[in-house]
Amino acid sequence: MAPSEAVPHAPAQGRTARPEGVTAPPTGDAVLEARSVSKRFPGVVALDDVSFALRAGETHALVGENGAGKSTLIKTLTGVHRPDGGELRLAGRPVSFARPAEAQRAGISTIHQEVNLVPLMSVARNVFLGREPRNRLGLIDFARMHRETTELLDGFGLRVDPRKPLHTLGIGTRQMVALARAVSVDAQVVIMDEPTSSLEPREVETLFRVIGSLRGQGVAVLYVSHRMDELYRICDRVTVLRDGRHIHTGDLAGLARTRLVSMMLGRDLSEARRTGPTGLGGAEHHTARTPVLTATGLDRRHQLHDVSLSLYGGEVLGLGGLLGSGRSETAKALAGVLGLDSGDITVGGRKLRRTGPAGAIRAGISLLPEDRKAEGIVPGLSVRENIVLAAMPRLSRFGVVSRRKQDRVVDIFMRRLRIKAASPEQKVGELSGGNQQKVLLARWLCLEPKVLLLDEPTRGIDVGAKAEVQGLIDELAREGLAVLLISSDIEELIEGADRIVVLRGGSVAGELAGDTVTESHLLDVLADHSPVPAGTDPAAQEDPR
Amino acid sequence: MNETTPAAVAQAPAPSGEGAPRPAAGSGAARRLAGLLQRQGVLAVLLTVVIVASFVYPTFATLDNARGVTVQASFLAVVALGMTLVVISGGIDLSVGSVFALGGVLAAWASQWGLLPALLVPLAVCGAIGLLNGFLIARAGMAPFIVTLATLLAARGMLLAFTDEGATTYLVPKGSAFAELGQGSVGGFGHPVLVALALFGAGGLLLQRTSFGQTLFAVGGSSDAATLMGLPVARTKLLVYTLSGLLAGLAGALNAARLSSGVTIVGVGMELDAISAVVIGGTLLVGGAGSVGGTLWGVLLLAVIQNLINQIGSLNSSYQSVVSGGFLIVVVVAQRFLARGRRTT
Repeated sequence: MAPSEAVPHAPAQGRTARPEGVTAPPTGDAVLEARSVSKRFPGVVALDDVSFALRAGETHALVGENGAGKSTLIKTLTGVHRPDGGELRLAGRPVSFARPAEAQRAGISTIHQEVNLVPLMSVARNVFLGREPRNRLGLIDFARMHRETTELLDGFGLRVDPRKPLHTLGIGTRQMVALARAVSVDAQVVIMDEPTSSLEPREVETLFRVIGSLRGQGVAVLYVSHRMDELYRICDRVTVLRDGRHIHTGDLAGLARTRLVSMMLGRDLSEARRTGPTGLGGAEHHTARTPVLTATGLDRRHQLHDVSLSLYGGEVLGLGGLLGSGRSETAKALAGVLGLDSGDITVGGRKLRRTGPAGAIRAGISLLPEDRKAEGIVPGLSVRENIVLAAMPRLSRFGVVSRRKQDRVVDIFMRRLRIKAASPEQKVGELSGGNQQKVLLARWLCLEPKVLLLDEPTRGIDVGAKAEVQGLIDELAREGLAVLLISSDIEELIEGADRIVVLRGGSVAGELAGDTVTESHLLDVLADHSPVPAGTDPAAQEDPR
Repeated sequence: MNETTPAAVAQAPAPSGEGAPRPAAGSGAARRLAGLLQRQGVLAVLLTVVIVASFVYPTFATLDNARGVTVQASFLAVVALGMTLVVISGGIDLSVGSVFALGGVLAAWASQWGLLPALLVPLAVCGAIGLLNGFLIARAGMAPFIVTLATLLAARGMLLAFTDEGATTYLVPKGSAFAELGQGSVGGFGHPVLVALALFGAGGLLLQRTSFGQTLFAVGGSSDAATLMGLPVARTKLLVYTLSGLLAGLAGALNAARLSSGVTIVGVGMELDAISAVVIGGTLLVGGAGSVGGTLWGVLLLAVIQNLINQIGSLNSSYQSVVSGGFLIVVVVAQRFLARGRRTT
């Protein structure tokens, strides 16, 4: 960290004023390097032998889907986690950081995804926390602190009173303050974890300008984002992680988007057969004529823009898209969990009033959430209790729950879904992931829903159970249920779905139906159609809104 | 008060911030008033109460009474100063009442060897208890409520063991320098009052003008952010509980000097009075915001209410707790409204 007398400069002016090459190491040297880094958590290998190098003066994209290990890698580089194996090298010398403070002192600055500043403190105090300018008495010199903060933020085109508490500012402005803090410490490496996720277009431009000037000063930037347009616009090289493994590092220019996306998802471009090894039946389901559920113009600031889709009885509608494309948000909006700014949802011809999850459940919509552990099962309760949890009102009269009815329902579903438990009284927390998922499925099925929304129903469960769950989904659709399937597993999506609606950046990017439900088509839509987009202006490709 | 200066500046209309990209929700005037009330509301209430009481009760606005009230308040003030720092860091220290009593008895016992031992012995023991609190909370990651509840009981137990279940009373030698520290005065105001004021001045500087103080706000405001910024979170917590222990011990010693003996039954429930004063003073109980100035006014307000009830005479002194409790509820409700805008981050 900078000594107390160091005067931070506005990045646009200060450091570039010095002669080129004096402070900036020659471009191309590895500033920060990870060599065969591994990190294990109980039950998971988060990073498996990952090596990559960050060169001075480059902007390096880090991409990968959920669970690829991006966050773990960042946390390992910044001293939040310690690697279990391998080593980090800073400017060629081996280093190990025990705490974030040590990484910062070594010149690695991080802007975390959630803005990590203190909302109750003023802008200036946030910028200078831990390295406040002092006067001769050793006390904090507020006048200087405020002046320097104003100068610093001026360099970002930001005019904010440095005395204002941070929580009074907009989220984008706060992000810029975090950025100002990160670059004002004379960092050699700046790590940005999804910095644009809450920025307005104008603020994104400012951010890109700052990144440009950092590059000019020889600072290495590690840039994590799901937005292809941004990556191709500002990044020089890209590293792809998948399932904790290093997949690819190379120049971004000349790398086709489709290729990049297929590396992220782990699919090659060869077209997979429509009927493959998954348990999902390839046969077309008998689809009803009128949709069970229609959603029109779903809108939610920063997350969904004008999403419309129809769901027919007896079909599986796939919802495709990369991480952050709005898949889960769409499902949550349909289930009444996520509030909407505008948009209509109609179920069975009746418009759904916005009464939250309870209203959606009454209308016949059930959501199997993505995060099974946090949002689904109650591990301390038994299988029976977990299954009947949502059906309580149906199984009770005057508030008294009929045990006999419960047992009957539980028995039916345990047999039908082939739930493997010692008895209905076993605690759900003791079951395997696949059986937990089936218990959840049973919970929603005993409500006799018309629409079943499944968010990553097979994630994190073993292969055998996966095929079984896939088989169940197929069976349910065959019986006339309308199923919405969200999956990051492309194979599962292609084989399981009759149609696929693809989302990108919170909007519908395309729909695949019939013969176009193939991997190559899906990858094309996911990757924004453009084969070699480097150098083109992505703004022109933005969907018109 | 020195430490209120930056806060006061912060409420001034922003000179350059008017063109800020996104003005905060709600009208600026209402927001400024809310901020003013949070910082200075107690002072306004205190002044109102004092002015009204001066007209209604002629015996209230006398110099003698002012001396009495301030000396009475000075011990709680010193304890509440430490509590303020702890609460700003997002914690709580329930042990201060017991530590206060223990410090008093230790000081009375050690006063037979002179002024210096009478101060150093309680500071050493009470500082060690604070350090233990801090260690268990900062390093072992235990909940402040539980840890300090345990040391509350332990300190009270040590006190009883040391005094043979209260049978032995240690007396401060008459006319000693230590007794003078508690009973003497300068310009009419007792030494304890001056000590408390000096400590509040130092505390204000510590909180507002040092890195330690800034870190305290950051730890209380968002512990995760503070860790990721590389701030010494654990060390800061360790230090703040140690400070709280030291201040409680010192307050106990001053009280013993004034009473000329180590009284074992003092300090019961004092931690709650201290927390009340801190909260009434505008410090957020969840941490991250507050000032020592507010706490000083909070302590004085509690002392004035008690004094007034004594003045009225006909009112049972038990009602003091009812009135203080009422104030506490009003302040906490007001804080909730003020804090609501902040949680929407």
